[in-house]
Amino acid sequence: MSRIGVLALQGAFIEHIKVLRSLDVEAVEVRLPRDFEGLDGLIIPGGESTTAGKLAVTYGLIEPIKKLADAGKAVWGTCAGLILMAKRIEEGEQPLIGVMDLAVQRNGFGRQVDSFEADISVPALDTVSEPNEKGRLFHAVFIRAPLIVSVGAGVEALSHFADGGIVAARQGSLLATAFHPELTDDARFHRYFLKMVAESEGTSGAV
Amino acid sequence: MEKETGTETVKRGLAQMLKGGVIMDVVTPEHAVIAEDAGACAVMALERVPADIRAQGGVARMSDPELILQIIDAVTIPVMAKCRIGHFVEAQVLQALGVDFLDESEVLTPADEEHHIDKQAFKIPFVCGCRNLGEALRRIGEGAAMIRTKGEAGTGNVVEAVRHARAVMGEIRRLQHMAPEEWMAAAKEMGAPYELVLETAQLGRLPVVNFAAGGLATPADAAMMMQLGLDGVFVGSGIFKSSDPPHRAKAIVEAVTHYNDPGIIAEISKGLGEAMPGLEISEIPDAELLAQRGW
Repeated sequence: MSRIGVLALQGAFIEHIKVLRSLDVEAVEVRLPRDFEGLDGLIIPGGESTTAGKLAVTYGLIEPIKKLADAGKAVWGTCAGLILMAKRIEEGEQPLIGVMDLAVQRNGFGRQVDSFEADISVPALDTVSEPNEKGRLFHAVFIRAPLIVSVGAGVEALSHFADGGIVAARQGSLLATAFHPELTDDARFHRYFLKMVAESEGTSGAV
Repeated sequence: MEKETGTETVKRGLAQMLKGGVIMDVVTPEHAVIAEDAGACAVMALERVPADIRAQGGVARMSDPELILQIIDAVTIPVMAKCRIGHFVEAQVLQALGVDFLDESEVLTPADEEHHIDKQAFKIPFVCGCRNLGEALRRIGEGAAMIRTKGEAGTGNVVEAVRHARAVMGEIRRLQHMAPEEWMAAAKEMGAPYELVLETAQLGRLPVVNFAAGGLATPADAAMMMQLGLDGVFVGSGIFKSSDPPHRAKAIVEAVTHYNDPGIIAEISKGLGEAMPGLEISEIPDAELLAQRGW
C-alpha cells in the first residue's frame, strides 16, 4: 500500500487525508523532516501560502520536499500548495519550494467575494475514469485561487480556464491545481495523483 | 463555463483554508505586516483591540473604511473585519470594501438585541461567536460559515475560552450518544435547528470550522485550545498588547501547528517577554462582560 504524506503545517490537510483514506491509501500528516521517511508521495494542501511557506522554512521542510520531487516521487500542490511549488510568483515575496516551472499570480481571480465554483474540462482525468465518468466535467472550487500565468517547456497544461488561464498542470511526477478537489465528492483527481504515485514507484530511486 | 460565486461551499471553504492557523487582530497596516511576517493565516482589521475597547468604554462600531483599505493594501493574506451584531448595513459596507470575511462580533456594541444578521444574504462569509452548541447552530442556521467560541475578549485570561470550547465539544459528544428520537428534544432544549442538530450528531463535529477566541495570550493557551479539538485560534489583544509582538506572534503560529508537541512548545515559549496583563473575570462587572452580548 502506498504511503502518502500530507503537509500539515496549516490549511485543509484533513480533507485530503479523508479522501486518501477513502481510497484505501495510508495517509500521514507531515510537520517535521522526520515525517518524510518512507513516503511514496506528498500533497501540499490549500491554506495560506505565506503561513505554510514560513513554517516550512523554520522547520527545515523545503529541502526534504525538493529531495522528494528530485527523486521522482509524486508531489501535488492544491491552491496554496500550487503557489509553493511554483518557481516564480508575479508579485510579492514569500518562501517557495520552487520545483515546478510555472509563474503564478496569487489571488488571480480576485478576493473572496470573487471566489467561485465552476465545471471545468480536464481531459487527462479520463485515464482514471470509470466508464460512466468518461468526459464528465470536473466541478472545481476556487477560493482566492491562484492562476498559472505561464509554464515552461516541460509542463503540460491539464486544464485551461475560459479566458485562457491555466488552472491545472503537470510536470513529470509533479501536479498542481489552482482549485480544491478535496472539497468535493469527486475523487478523480486523487485517483489521478495515485496513478502518478504508482508510475513513480516504477521509476524513482530511494529517498 | 458558468462561475457561481458566494455559494455555501466557497464561503465555508475559505474557513477550511484558515484551519490550523492564527487570525490576529491588527489596528494599523504596520501591525498587519508584522502579523503576516509572523505567519498569520488572516488578520482582523479594527480600530482598537478588545483590551482598549474594554478600557475606553463607549459605543464600539465598525472601523473606518479608510483604515480597512490600508490594511487590505498592506498584506496578501485574507482580511477580516468586524461589524456590530445585527448591523447589516455595516456588513454591506464591509463587503463593498472587499473584506474577505466578516465577524459579527460581540466585541462591538450590539446594534440589535433581538436579531442577528441574515448572513445568507451576503456573498462573503461570516464568522460568529458562541458560548455553547445551541448558539453555534443558531448562527450557522442564519448562514454563518465559521464559528468561534467567544471566550472573554480583551482579558488575556483563557478561562472563558476554555469554558465555551468545552461546552461546545461536550454537547457534541452528548448528541453523538443519543438515540435518534432524542435529537428533536435536544434541538428544542438548545433552541437549535433540528437539521443542524442531526448533522452535528452524525458528523461528530460542527458542520463548519470552529476556532477558539477570547483571552488567548500565550503559545500554550493556543495549543491547549487546539488539543481541546478546535480548528484554529483568534488572538486579539494578546499579541499587540504584549512586550514583543513579532516574536510572540510567530511563537503562537508555531504552537498551533505543533500543538501536540510539548517539546516544540517549550522551545518556542522561551524568552517571549511579558504577555499582556490579564484580568480576573470575576472582577469584571457583569454589564461589561462581552460574551453575554448576542444569543
